[in-house]
Amino acid sequence: MSDKEASNAYWKANVRLILWSLVIWALVSFGFGILLRPMLSGIAVGGTDLGFWFAQQGSILVFLALIFFYAWRMNKLDAEHGVGEE
Amino acid sequence: MDQFTLNLLFVGASFALYIGIAIWARAGSTSEFYAAGRGVHPVTNGMATAADWMSAASFISMAGLIAFTGYDNSTFLMGWTGGYVLLALLLAPYLRKFGKFTVSEFIGDRFYSKTARMVAVLCLIVASTTYVIGQMTGVGVAFGRFLEISNTSGLLIGACVVFAYAVFGGMKGVTYTQVAQYVVLIMAYTIPAIFISLQLTGNPVPALGLFGDHVASGEPLLAKLDQIVRELGFNEYTTHHSDTLNMVLFTLSLMIGTAGLPHVIMRFFTVPRVADARWSAGWALVFIALLYLTAPAVGAMARMNITELMWPNGTNEQAVSVEDIANNPKYDWMQTWQKTGLLDWEDKNGDGRIQYYNDANAAMQEKAAANGWTGNELTKFNRDILVLANPEIANLPGWVIGLVAAGGLAAALSTAAGLLLAISSAVSHDLIKGQLNPNISEKSELMAARVAMGVAIVVATYLGLNPPGFAAQTVALAFGLAAASIFPALMMGIFSTKINNHGAVAGMLAGLIVTLVYIFLHKGWFFIPDTNSFTDADPLLGTIKSTSFGAVGAMINFTVAYVVASMTKETPQHIKDLVESVRVPKGAGAATDH
Repeated sequence: MSDKEASNAYWKANVRLILWSLVIWALVSFGFGILLRPMLSGIAVGGTDLGFWFAQQGSILVFLALIFFYAWRMNKLDAEHGVGEE
Repeated sequence: MDQFTLNLLFVGASFALYIGIAIWARAGSTSEFYAAGRGVHPVTNGMATAADWMSAASFISMAGLIAFTGYDNSTFLMGWTGGYVLLALLLAPYLRKFGKFTVSEFIGDRFYSKTARMVAVLCLIVASTTYVIGQMTGVGVAFGRFLEISNTSGLLIGACVVFAYAVFGGMKGVTYTQVAQYVVLIMAYTIPAIFISLQLTGNPVPALGLFGDHVASGEPLLAKLDQIVRELGFNEYTTHHSDTLNMVLFTLSLMIGTAGLPHVIMRFFTVPRVADARWSAGWALVFIALLYLTAPAVGAMARMNITELMWPNGTNEQAVSVEDIANNPKYDWMQTWQKTGLLDWEDKNGDGRIQYYNDANAAMQEKAAANGWTGNELTKFNRDILVLANPEIANLPGWVIGLVAAGGLAAALSTAAGLLLAISSAVSHDLIKGQLNPNISEKSELMAARVAMGVAIVVATYLGLNPPGFAAQTVALAFGLAAASIFPALMMGIFSTKINNHGAVAGMLAGLIVTLVYIFLHKGWFFIPDTNSFTDADPLLGTIKSTSFGAVGAMINFTVAYVVASMTKETPQHIKDLVESVRVPKGAGAATDH
């Protein structure tokens, strides 16, 4: 595989990973935290509901997990496609 | 020792610490001024980024806005953390691979156009100046309180301190000073929160206490809070009251604005490797999350404490008496904050008590008429004082109050100084040296940088006297401007080879101008009061407030750039190759200056 093909495949895999990550990113904040909150109102969390928890706590925790997952996955992708720094 | 001396001691000691570290770290590293962060571990870099990022808006202002509005202001929490996901996934690794020092350099090179670089400089200056106005508001509150003077005098003294601090510049570039600032700031934020959480819920972790039970009543804290604010005619704390579309757009503006602000992006240019840029964004968010997960607890618990202080025997009994406010040590904080002019009360009906309730609520008006109340008597409670007043409201020991004063100043000063440096280097390096006069001597360049800094602070201070909103709201406007102008250009520059020079310039200008005009129409032209044609209560377009318009501006930017690019000459091959090379980590060298 040429360098060009390798980097094209790498970029495709990266864009796919980014898209999936952004779906989760939007789901926990705009979704659970705001738009879907009425649907989650049946699930009680400490005096309020799950949507409130996602808006003030959960979304932030998921953001953290997402960034670390992305960094870990990309470092593996760098190596698999032979485009890493070393 | 009295509280004033104690505050002075804490603030003085923290400043001595920063200056000490700056002098110690400076000795061997003057040449690395620009490259602060290179060779620094991603964890340390993340901590320094967090200090750079968390300003008066996060520290002083945000919890107050959440406290008095409740759920609807969760937007600040999601917006200012969610942006890091965009930064880590969409920008940081590629900008690091590109290997230059400023955002405008990337835009100039990628869009092979000096005009594009100048437009980017303009966008950065507009967004950063707006951001500094918000910081000055916070600086005024902090200095007003800790020197026990009026807010205006506090702002003027604060402006002088910020200017001196920014001119002493080098301090800002030293990563370890920022690490010290982070440590002071996060201790100042979390220690009082832990105390208060223990008092109210028995749980030492504020983020868990928020969803725990209120010790005094045995009910869940948030349910109890909903009940007492409802009894006073206010909106329930946990329910959704504001317009949903506006809430979504506001959150989105803050998120994409985060990923478009120069002083944060810059930190990722200089990490040792592309992989480190990814990790650094994660570590920065870890340290930011420590404050952001605590903030909603600070807000809810402070609201609880304030309401209980105003209605010491419950909301159906007698309100607090004027005599208690004057003599009971529990109410001393009201006396000290009254001096700043940011808190006030008035016994309108002359019954010797201060009734705090929502006098715009119909049911409360009936109750008021029956009880002989003639309006809400806690007449002024500036949202920006809440975090600084919080330890006093909860009756915490004096050293905690001193620590919070030091933390608030650390947050405001570090970010204000960082922004002033960004503005001055944009003017002297990008605008004057890069465009107007490439042969300028180093000495004149430095002079121009100082003059730019001076002008920026005078403008920000003047506008800070009559700010367009509370600190966090003004800062949100800056995020809207960055979201509408810089972020789309950066993202399209990396993810699309189709966008050419004309497209990028047209997109940035359209995004910036439309957003700026929308903001000025609602907040007054150049933020001068009473020159606005609309208000955010009744905005020009549907329910979209000026603070939320950044997301719309960004969409305009994307659309205009795409349309213009498809009508003009294609991107040349060597630029397409540049984009290809930015996308893969392989071959990343150290960052270089222009």
